[in-house]
Amino acid sequence: MILDSLERVLSANALITAFMFVGALVWLSYVISAKLTRGHVHGSAIAIALGLVLAWYGGLATGGSRGLSDIPLLAGVGVMGGAMFRDFAIVATAFGADIRALKRAGLVGVISIVVGVVLSFVIGAIVAVSFGYTDPIAVTTIGAGAATYIVGPVTGTALGAGSDVVALSVAAGLTKSVLVMVGTPFVAPRIGLDNPHSAIIYGGLMGTTSGVAGGLAATDPKLVPYGAMSATFYTGVGCLLAPSVLYLGVRALL
Amino acid sequence: MVIYGVGLLSFCMLVGMFAGDLLGVVIGVQANVGGVGIAMILLLALSNLGDRTAALSPITEKGIGFWSAMYIPIVVAMAARQDVAAALSGGWMAIIAGVAAVAASFALIPVLARFGQGGQDDS
Repeated sequence: MILDSLERVLSANALITAFMFVGALVWLSYVISAKLTRGHVHGSAIAIALGLVLAWYGGLATGGSRGLSDIPLLAGVGVMGGAMFRDFAIVATAFGADIRALKRAGLVGVISIVVGVVLSFVIGAIVAVSFGYTDPIAVTTIGAGAATYIVGPVTGTALGAGSDVVALSVAAGLTKSVLVMVGTPFVAPRIGLDNPHSAIIYGGLMGTTSGVAGGLAATDPKLVPYGAMSATFYTGVGCLLAPSVLYLGVRALL
Repeated sequence: MVIYGVGLLSFCMLVGMFAGDLLGVVIGVQANVGGVGIAMILLLALSNLGDRTAALSPITEKGIGFWSAMYIPIVVAMAARQDVAAALSGGWMAIIAGVAAVAASFALIPVLARFGQGGQDDS
């Protein structure tokens, strides 16, 4: 009876349950950061990594596609971590950002977006070809997926790719997004990712909004507005280039 | 009032998303093009309007600051709802494609950063 009642309350107030759950998860992560790594690994990096592990568990346990939030009691995590709140919080981080840094990096920001889309696409396409794909539509769709997991299905749908290929392109994009979240804090010192200028370029090259949002949160939250600014244009540019110019390029080569 | 800050933030986000959506329709892609970025520029522009004379009151700023501070917890929730299982079950090709794209992009950051600062390194 007590458990039923508790379950009723927790699921009726799903978003509040998510706040409490994430609060506890972040607290635990900061304790781990301080006690086990003596502050060497940032608490937010641990929290994001734990979140991904839980998402993996949620996917395995429920067979759903929304990680931990497919577990009914934690459905609120899906709302809290959904695109609406994510974008709202990203916009809020712009408050107090340095306008001059944004203006100064304007041109190289644009270049980094185009280079980022083409680079990820070409690498994804090469991997697809080396795994034996020869159909230009399949190769283009998988290359587009290596850009982001939105560019992949949009391109695949536009070109009429099979659903198995579209699923592969989503998996490639998800792998990229997860890896950017986890890997950024570790490579940041080596690639000079410690100032607004390189953060703008980072956002443009990586492009995955979730990956960039997570990666910068785990590295240095002050850099978030700069990286997010360029990343937000990436998916649009990718959806523009992949089914058109890049597809024609692939078709000419194969 | 705190709600002025939250309201301003919401206004900026919705206008930005609307502009991004229209931009997507105009260039013919099925995606929101830069909605969040446009919203950020709008928020920066509005909050710096008229320099100090029309500055937001500290309490209004709190309405924006709260959501800015909620950024990391929201990102943690975002991580927890990713389809990690699908990423890992996509097979080697998907994983290699994703890993290679990330590695190459990381490697290019210092190159572009140097290129970008070369001509206008005046500060």
